This record gives sequence, C-alpha cells and structure tokens, in this order.
Amino acid sequence: MSTQQILPLELDGVCFEAGGNQLIKDISCRFESDRRTVIIGPNGAGKSLFLRLCHGLIQPSKGSVRWQQKAGAAEHQAMVFQRPVMLRRSVAANIDYALKLRHIPRPERAATIERVLQQTGLNRFADQPARVLSIGEQQKLALARAWSLEPQVLFLDEPTASLDPAATHGVEEIIQAIHDAGTRIIMTTHDLGQARRMADEVIFINRGRILETALATQFFEAPKNDLAQAFVQGELLWWHKGKDNRKKQNPSTGESS
Amino acid sequence: MALLGILSTVPVPAGAAEKFITLVGTTSTDNSGLYGKILPLFIARTGIQVRVVSVGTGRAVNIARNGDADVLLVHHRPSEEKFVADGFGVKRFDVMYNDFIIVGPENNPAGIGNKKSVADAMSRIAGTKSAFISRGDDSGTHKKELSLWRMVGIDAAKDSGTWYREAGAGMGATLNTAAAMPAYTLSDRGTWLKFENRGGLRLLVDNDPLLFNYYGVILINPARHPHIKAKMGQAFIDWITGPEGQAAIAAYKIKGRQAFFPNAKK
Amino acid sequence: MTDFSEAFAAALSLVLGLDRSLTEIVALSLRVSLTAVAIAALIGLPVGAALALFRFRGRFFLVVTINALMGMPPVVVGLIVYLLLSRAGPFGVFGLLFTPSAMIIAQVLLVTPIIAALTRQVIEDLWIEYEEQLRSLGAGPGRAVPALLWDGRFTLITAILAGFGRASAEVGAVMIVGGNIDHVTRVMTTSIALEVSKGNLALALGLGIILLVLSAGINAGAYLIQHSTRRWHA
Repeated sequence: MSTQQILPLELDGVCFEAGGNQLIKDISCRFESDRRTVIIGPNGAGKSLFLRLCHGLIQPSKGSVRWQQKAGAAEHQAMVFQRPVMLRRSVAANIDYALKLRHIPRPERAATIERVLQQTGLNRFADQPARVLSIGEQQKLALARAWSLEPQVLFLDEPTASLDPAATHGVEEIIQAIHDAGTRIIMTTHDLGQARRMADEVIFINRGRILETALATQFFEAPKNDLAQAFVQGELLWWHKGKDNRKKQNPSTGESS
Repeated sequence: MALLGILSTVPVPAGAAEKFITLVGTTSTDNSGLYGKILPLFIARTGIQVRVVSVGTGRAVNIARNGDADVLLVHHRPSEEKFVADGFGVKRFDVMYNDFIIVGPENNPAGIGNKKSVADAMSRIAGTKSAFISRGDDSGTHKKELSLWRMVGIDAAKDSGTWYREAGAGMGATLNTAAAMPAYTLSDRGTWLKFENRGGLRLLVDNDPLLFNYYGVILINPARHPHIKAKMGQAFIDWITGPEGQAAIAAYKIKGRQAFFPNAKK
Repeated sequence: MTDFSEAFAAALSLVLGLDRSLTEIVALSLRVSLTAVAIAALIGLPVGAALALFRFRGRFFLVVTINALMGMPPVVVGLIVYLLLSRAGPFGVFGLLFTPSAMIIAQVLLVTPIIAALTRQVIEDLWIEYEEQLRSLGAGPGRAVPALLWDGRFTLITAILAGFGRASAEVGAVMIVGGNIDHVTRVMTTSIALEVSKGNLALALGLGIILLVLSAGINAGAYLIQHSTRRWHA
C-alpha cells in the first residue's frame, strides 16, 4: 500500500527549549532506510525528546525536521511508547481504532487485525479488554497496533523499560519481525544489552547533543568518544560527576578544556 | 443508553388536545380543598379541564397580567379593581367570601380574644410585643393584615425582625412557623381548618365583620392577550357565579363547617 | 419521634396502596428529570470535552462561568425561564408555560453546567494520559473527543448522576415554570412543598422518603452497571 519512500529523514540544527532550558542542542543527523538505529544515553540525555521531535509530536524551537517525501509522512510512521496507552475497549478494537483513524475500510481492517494479532501471538486475547492484559502483553499489543498501520518507520521509546526479561525477549522478537517485514526501526533504550542485540547503528546522546554516531559493531568495540566509552563500560554516572570537578570537563560535549 | 430506555416506558400524560383553561388563584383557596370539591362538577358539566396554578395574590395578578392564565380568582378587592381598570381584566364578579381569623399560642401572652374585636387584638399584640408572624409575601392575606395594622395605627414593619416577623411564605408554611415558635398570625379559616400541624396554636379571634374576605373572579382581557380562551373562561365564570357553582361552594364543608359563603349577585 | 414513624407509615401506605395520583406524580417526575438530564448530557458532554481539549480566546472565562453556573439557585433559573416563556416574554407564542416542557427546559439549564464542568475535568485528565498516543495514531483533539468520552464513561456516568440528583431534588424552578398543577405539572418535589404548606408534615416526609428511595434505586442501578463493566475493563 505504501507508495513512495518517506525516508530519508533529515534533522538540521534542531534545538528544543522548555522552561528556559535548552534540552536538545543543535542536533543534525540523517536516517537512511533499512536499518535499526538505537539511540542510547543516560537518563535525562534527551533521547525521548529526540524521538518525539523526529515523530513530530513536538516541534523544534529552532532548526528543521524534514522527510524526503513530505506528503503522507505522518501516515507512514508510528510510535510505541514506554508505557503503552490502551483504550478501554477490547484488544481487537484498540487496533481497529487506529486503522479507522487512517480510513481503512472495514473488511480490510478485520483481516489486518487478525494478521497482526497472529504475528504477535495475541490472537487468543482478541476479545478481551486491553487493560486487563499484563504490561508485557499490552506492550505487544502496542506493537501490533503500530504494525497494523504498516509504517515505513517505527519509533520506539524505551519499549522494554517496564518489562521483565521474558517479556523483553518477546517484545524484541516482535520488533525484529517488524523490521524483517520492511519497517525502519528507530528506538531508544538505556539497556546496553538490548542495544547490542538490536542495533545496526548506534547514536549516543548526552545532555541534548549527539556525541557519536557509529555502526553498532564499531561503537561497542571502540567508541571514539570517551563519555560513550564510559557509558559502554557502565560507569557514566559517577564518572560524569567526578570528572566534572577534577578535569573541568564540559560534560555535555565531553571536550576537555 | 439506559436512560432513554426508561424514558420511553414512561407514559405521557396530559394530552395536548384536551380542552382546558388555566385558573390562577391564591394558595389559600387551593389549600382549603375547595377546588378539589367543586371543579369536578364544572368539568363534568362542560368537559373543560381547569388547570389551577396557586400562588400568592401578588404573583397571581402578575401572572394574569402577563396573560399566562385565562381566569384570575383572588381575594384582594383593590388589586382586582385596579387590574380591571388597567384593562387587563374584562370585569370583576363577586364569587364568595370567607373570613380571616387570628390564631395564637395556647397561653395567649397578649390576652386577646375576649372582646372578639380584631382591632383590640392587634393593639394588644403590638402593645405587649408578642411574637407575630406575617405572611410577608404580598398575598391577599398579607395585604389584609397590613390594612388591619394601618387601621389601629401601628407601623408593625418598623419592628420587623423583633416581635414582628415576616415569613415571606405561603399560609401553610406561615402556620408551620407560627406553631413552631409559637406566635400569633392571621390566617384564612379554610387553611386553618385543614391544617394538620397546629402544635400549640388555637383560634382566638373570629367573626368580626372586619375579617370578612371577599373573592372576585375576572376573565383576562382577550383584547390585551388574544390567545386567552375567552369563551371557556367565561363559561367557568358563568358557572361559578351561577346557581350550580354557588350551591357547590355553599355545600363545601371542612370538618363539618361551611368554609366559604357564596355571594354572587343574581 | 412520632413525625418520623408517621412519615414512614404514610410512605408505606402510599406505596402499598399504589396510589394512582402517586404513580402519576412519580412518572412525571422521572419523565421530566430524565429527559432533562438526557438533553443536558447531549449538550454538556461535547461542550465539556471541547473546553478540555481546545485552546481559544475566552476559554478561561467560559470555564469559570460554567463552574459558577453550577451554583445557580433553581429559583433564579425558574424565574428566568418563566420570564422567557411567559406570554409577555419572547417565547410566549409557544404557550409552553405551565407545561412539563417548561419544567424540562428549566432543568436542562440547571443540569447542563454540572455535566459540562465535570466532563471538562474528566476529559482534561484523560487527555494528559492519552494525548501523545492518540496524536501519534493521527487523532488530534477533534477526532479524539468520542474516544475520550467513551473511555471516561465510568466517571462521566457519575457526572450525569450528579446532574440527575440536582434535577430530581430541585423544587424552585419546576414550581415556578410548572405551576404545580394537579395531574399536569405536579411532581414529587412540588407535591412535597404543597403538603408542607398544608401542614401535612408526615405525608410530605413520606413523599420525601419515596423520592429518596427512587433516587437510591437509580443510583444503585447505575453503580452496578458501572461496577460490573468496570471490572471487565479495568
């Protein structure tokens, strides 16, 4: 059904300000098609804001977010949030609602719902109220709902942050399946293990800036940026604070003064 | 939704097609039960329903003036005559009279009622500053009470809030208040006879000609309000001032006592 | 107290005797109040939702006004409707004064602000939770309204019940615009006022007990529906 590729997505000098604080500082980057990009960084780095800027939920205070194919860009992307928000209706009806918003005719909706529930292993829950599912199942449902829209790009914001390891595994499998079916994946996580498992490409963010963009293999073997290195070694937080004082390092850039 | 389901099962009363007139009158007449006794006779004879709206005389005249009723039946002659003179009513007809009474506490602190004179009673109540509840609602009864104070030369309104209390309420509510205090008050006999919550109140003054209370009936002027059901309204007036209506009024008794005395001119 | 035992006896004998004028009065009360609440809900729910979701000039003023109208005395509403519907008033030609329709109009004016104000609060809170998700799916505020109203249904039923409570309990407005005409516009509350004015305190209290029981029944029904479906829908 998708006609033209909306990708690549290009961010040019994007800043975002709230309450007088610069939360995203001059980000420029480009997302090509057919990859899984994982955005990592410590809590409060601006990962979620970055994702929301890309998805268009918030507007940059400076700079631009441009899809190559502007027409229909909104229609061909979807997002899954850290905490799934399900409507107070059945599992199938939650997916149906999303499809209705895209004006998909009824017979086609029914077929799509059945297919994505099958693909996510939720078909036995189809008629159950969505809100009585476990959080893990609700997150799978959120993926199914996003998938039903057949997006070219799927944004995922910490999709497994609230889940136990088993549910995390299930969710990762579905994300992989969505990717294999031809959807571009852009997700955030603070779970390094997940980043290793899922990423083709890594973007490392700290304090609202991109510090490093690299292929996953390169990044995890030898991060160029020393903050990224510390993060990969799992020591960013205390390192951060200590170095700040001793070496007068600018923590947002990692540049020594 | 469930609400609509319930709605659809509720029967719809008061068919719009039925013939009716709207009569606006005083609460005291309604509370006395007179309408309940005599109106069925009129309805049976003419097939015209009578919808009774009962309010104080002041509001009754106001409703009639706006053309929101067809017939006015109240008991305050000056208001009625002004109503006709101003062109809102066609003509005033005498219907009946009843009488006012003064009721008060069992122990009668003002010592009224010995001389059967209402003037004497009013003076004593004011003189002893005994509690008195006024309707205070611009009703016919209220206006009557004010004229009695004027007659004995007392300006009770200046003591409002002390021994003189204005209830701003209907006759029944005022009697409830008087019974609870207890206090003196002026009531029409019909309401008093029907009244169930007397507490420590008893009848102290009656039968003074000054306490007679004349009722008039007026058709609202169709020249002023074209939608007035003049024919049916006049039919009602003809009936209530005619032999059958007058006999029905005379026959109405509350607890074995005649409550209203017909006085329509032949 | 004897008044209370007499009141219960009066209520019981009215109910057991299936007093015809009582059933008529109860039916009219329900018809007037339920119709008024249904109309008020049809107006108040979308208005409340719109106030919650849209930002426009004068919104603050409107929100404050509607909240203030919740406290409007029924007598004042009755008086306003009386002046509008009176033959001497702007809508006099319809001849609605002293009819059940007039009572419904007055109660709609009383109840709509309650439903609108509570709806606004409910939908505003829901929108905080849902906004990103719904906007991501492509539903802006306008298209989100039906989904939000549906998802807020359990709380909104309470808002509607609050409106029904006000409608069924008020006497000031229906007394003025209905006129308390026997067999035409006499409802539970105006009957109670009438019996008080006749000094029939026991009968008045008995009617009050019946009104309370009716109201409790409707609320219990709504609660049970709410409770059973809410368990299902979390």
